[in-house]
Amino acid sequence: MFLQQLINGITLGAVYGLIALGYTMVYGIILLINFAHGEIFMAGAFVGLMMVTVFKMNIFLALILAMAFCMVLGVVVERVAYRPLRNSSRLSALISAIGVSIFLSTLALLIFGANAQGYPAQTFPVSQIHIGPAEISTLQLLILGLSAVLMIGLELIVHKTKIGKAMRATSQDYQTAALMGINVNRVISFTFGLGSSLAAAGGVLVGLYFNAVSWNMGLMAGLKAFAAAVLGGIGSIPGAMLGGLFLGIFEIMGVAAGLSSYRDAIAFAILVLVLLIKPTGLMGRKIQKKV
Amino acid sequence: MLKVENISVNYGAINALKDVSCHIEEGEIVALIGANGAGKTTILNTISSLVQAASGRIVFNGCDITKMPPHDVVKMGISQVPEGRRVFPEMSVMENLELGAYARSDREGVREDMTSVFKRFPRLEERKKQYAKTLSGGEQQMLAMGRALMARPKLMLMDEPSMGLAPILVEEIFNIITEINQTGTTILLVEQNAHMALSIAHRAYVLETGEIVLHGDADELAANPEVRKAYLGE
Repeated sequence: MFLQQLINGITLGAVYGLIALGYTMVYGIILLINFAHGEIFMAGAFVGLMMVTVFKMNIFLALILAMAFCMVLGVVVERVAYRPLRNSSRLSALISAIGVSIFLSTLALLIFGANAQGYPAQTFPVSQIHIGPAEISTLQLLILGLSAVLMIGLELIVHKTKIGKAMRATSQDYQTAALMGINVNRVISFTFGLGSSLAAAGGVLVGLYFNAVSWNMGLMAGLKAFAAAVLGGIGSIPGAMLGGLFLGIFEIMGVAAGLSSYRDAIAFAILVLVLLIKPTGLMGRKIQKKV
Repeated sequence: MLKVENISVNYGAINALKDVSCHIEEGEIVALIGANGAGKTTILNTISSLVQAASGRIVFNGCDITKMPPHDVVKMGISQVPEGRRVFPEMSVMENLELGAYARSDREGVREDMTSVFKRFPRLEERKKQYAKTLSGGEQQMLAMGRALMARPKLMLMDEPSMGLAPILVEEIFNIITEINQTGTTILLVEQNAHMALSIAHRAYVLETGEIVLHGDADELAANPEVRKAYLGE
């Protein structure tokens, strides 16, 4: 059932890709691995769930609100936890990121408790569509379609808009970007907001797919998406998408090959291999030291 | 037009600039000359607000810009051609030029300026779709200058435009600087090539280890025995 596994792998990979984009965009601009990014994904999953269970909203509206909420959350986290450390050593910002990560997951534990929660039945009507010997569920189609739309939208923003041009300029040379009249702080905020809203979309989709939302879901998903970003070449947007897809496919194929107890180890084995063999990843540019 | 008043800048414990004052009048080319590490680039970066002064102030057209963030300084009409060109390597020539006009909203004027930049640098038009990193050093220098012009600056700060270029190109670049000045842009020029700088400048300041030691008309300085000995290789 290779085709079936491929479909499952691509679905999972699309979500990893959505989360990986946030890591890679932030790294591209301020050279920070935002270790709180997984928790933003978790927050998005909870906001989406609450909108559906508490406010009885339609799942699509819930998704949009989760993205909006996390956009603000991402901007606030940068403002409070990273910006004051902009001129300190990179290690300080990294430690601050880990602090934010612990804070957000613990906050979720306090508010929502330790048990995983699921969506009510029929939140999104699921049926199976047969393609030859394999089948794909409407939920998988939703995940693939929405991920594709979001990724294309991101590419358009980055390549066709003025703020996108400012993002690319800032990531290539932030000092010179400032000399062009670009408000670098605003670009950084925008990048955090954009990456965080993609993670929130990922969170809602994962919550639906596995029908489980929990306070600690951001840890593993975040680390795997980070591995995907490194696999694709950290700093590269198409790389993050590609890395996510590869990672999802490897993981599902590994499980299908009988390695299901090593499921989570697969991503990290890949991470280690990439770092050993090709640290710039599939599409990464040469690492330039920024002053 | 621009008054730099008693600026001091420290990098950690090092005094990069000590009580530096200078002024630039509208329409001038003013050169800043001095050895490597004298603080020439620091003066430009302090004017552009990339570096904050520990004391002193900078006034541009009557407006205190000392504490203004760098992107607002650009909006005031000061643009910089940075040392080492610093073009955006993974962007096309066209995109680099568009970024130069980032702070502007008059589309019509931006289009006009793009045309006039291409007229001044035909090589850039031939290569407008190419990544900036594929250009030669001289072309990158032209791109950096064109990019700064796209901001339609009142004052242009130029940092070592001749660095790493073949002598024939240096000549061309300096001719272009003179032309830019003649079309109404004031220029503050930092150069290690003191000979070339003094040949096109109206006035000049000589900087030594963070302090201004001499200043005057470019001709006078070029004739000054001390300057000839230290900077003109005689």
